Amino acid sequence: MPVKQVAETRVWQRRDRRTQLTVWAVQLACLIVFVYCWSLVSEKTIWEFVYDAPRQAADMGSRMVPPAWGYMDKLWLAVWDTLNIATLGTLMAVVLAFPIAFLAARNTTPSKVFIRPIALFIIVSSRSINSLLWALMLVTIIGPGVLAGVLAIGFRSIGFCAKLLYEAIEEIEVTQVEAITATGASGPQILHYGIVPQIMPAFAGISVFRWDINIRESTVLGLVGAGGIGLQLNASINNVAWTQVSLILLVILGTVIVSEWVSAKVRHAII
Amino acid sequence: MNTVTPAHRTWKKPPFIQSPLLRWSLVVGAAVYLAVVFGTMDVNWGRVADGIPRGQRFLASFFPPDFVSRAGDIFDGILESLWITIISTVAGIALSIPVGLGAARNLSPRPVYLFSRAVLAISRTFPEIIIALFAVKLFGFGPFAGFIALSIGTVGFYGKLLAEDIEDMDPSQAEAVKATGASWFQWLNYAVQPQVMPRMIGLGMYRLDINFRESAVVGIVGGGGIGATLLTSFDRYEFDSAAAILLVIIIIVMAVEYSSSYIRRWVQ
Repeated sequence: MPVKQVAETRVWQRRDRRTQLTVWAVQLACLIVFVYCWSLVSEKTIWEFVYDAPRQAADMGSRMVPPAWGYMDKLWLAVWDTLNIATLGTLMAVVLAFPIAFLAARNTTPSKVFIRPIALFIIVSSRSINSLLWALMLVTIIGPGVLAGVLAIGFRSIGFCAKLLYEAIEEIEVTQVEAITATGASGPQILHYGIVPQIMPAFAGISVFRWDINIRESTVLGLVGAGGIGLQLNASINNVAWTQVSLILLVILGTVIVSEWVSAKVRHAII
Repeated sequence: MNTVTPAHRTWKKPPFIQSPLLRWSLVVGAAVYLAVVFGTMDVNWGRVADGIPRGQRFLASFFPPDFVSRAGDIFDGILESLWITIISTVAGIALSIPVGLGAARNLSPRPVYLFSRAVLAISRTFPEIIIALFAVKLFGFGPFAGFIALSIGTVGFYGKLLAEDIEDMDPSQAEAVKATGASWFQWLNYAVQPQVMPRMIGLGMYRLDINFRESAVVGIVGGGGIGATLLTSFDRYEFDSAAAILLVIIIIVMAVEYSSSYIRRWVQ
């Protein structure tokens, strides 16, 4: 136990001298990095705008109330599109992620040398690109609209679902698979009776979890033209129609809260 | 043992959803939903078909991607994204500590708890991009707006997890320290902080990883960083530069992810 001698008494200390110095050194290093990065960002900032921001915020806030409730008629379609983008995108992702996860899991992949790296590469590249970047690409290629949004959400979610699913596959209990194998089952039968029932709860949980995240993401895809409520948000901001903007924000808040509640309920029922 | 016939018994795999009513209503509901969606979805297939050659050009430009002609812009953009990531993670975590302490049920009085929870809920529901959109309106174009947006996102994420971790801590250690007559700050420093620290360092690394991914997109709405460079190259149809930027983003995201998971394993 690190103890310091002060005059006649021995005083307990939390760390000995060397650990304490290391902790301080790490903290100092972090501080220097932070200050350096801050100075670089600060150089590119126009501080007059920042000082002016509280007044601007108050001004914007006062223009936002009351929300333009009448605009709601035009929003229902956008909300419906947003839900569809999230749901169809998730559907597409889980359907494609299922086989990829089996190819990527160490214990079910047909070939560790050739197929597993390919599957892992698909997972990594799908996960590294944000759905907004996917949407940006798809809008340039297939034009603005709901389809680009569905595909963007789908492409982004394949990696996420496949990664969690293949980790679940790698953690299955081998004894059950061995028991099925011992009955003389063929490869597909082992998959069907030995492995799939074990990962089904994880699979359902992952799908609902990703659906919840996708609702949140699909609200912003419209900013690059990929359909949904983001399209209306962008238009209202560009028209400086702040009362419409506040209504849209409330609608987004409501949608996200409801989807979070649904997903929590479903996951609770499964697990 | 679902089907029993007198002559011979066959075993059938039990279905995943036990109740047949729920199972069939889910199937029918899904079918109706899909029919309605595909009936109403407005897709301009002609435009999609037009896009195929453009998509081929885009994919073709991945081999080889053009790192050279916009190298300066790409480098600046990536560096700016990295600065935004670092300062917003640090500032966000610093801000989330008081909020997280306030949102822990076993630490703070009821009114503080409710207030902090409300702050966390609001900063968590809105995607970073929407916050960035407003930050750009308020603070002007540039990395400062991105920094604000990502910091707010970090507060929502980190504060909530910190509060949950404090609520799950071992109360006996906290009681022991309190029994020595420690002041509130001493109690926090010697009883609470050592218990939550390892997990929170790991989560901080994880959030750094998330913030880099997000910093690549806040540029699309004007929040600075590599996203702005990417948007420009798309707008100019310079797909070879865009491909190069995407590859750089993938590589850095992977590097950040691996180093953050390495540090997490090392800490825990």
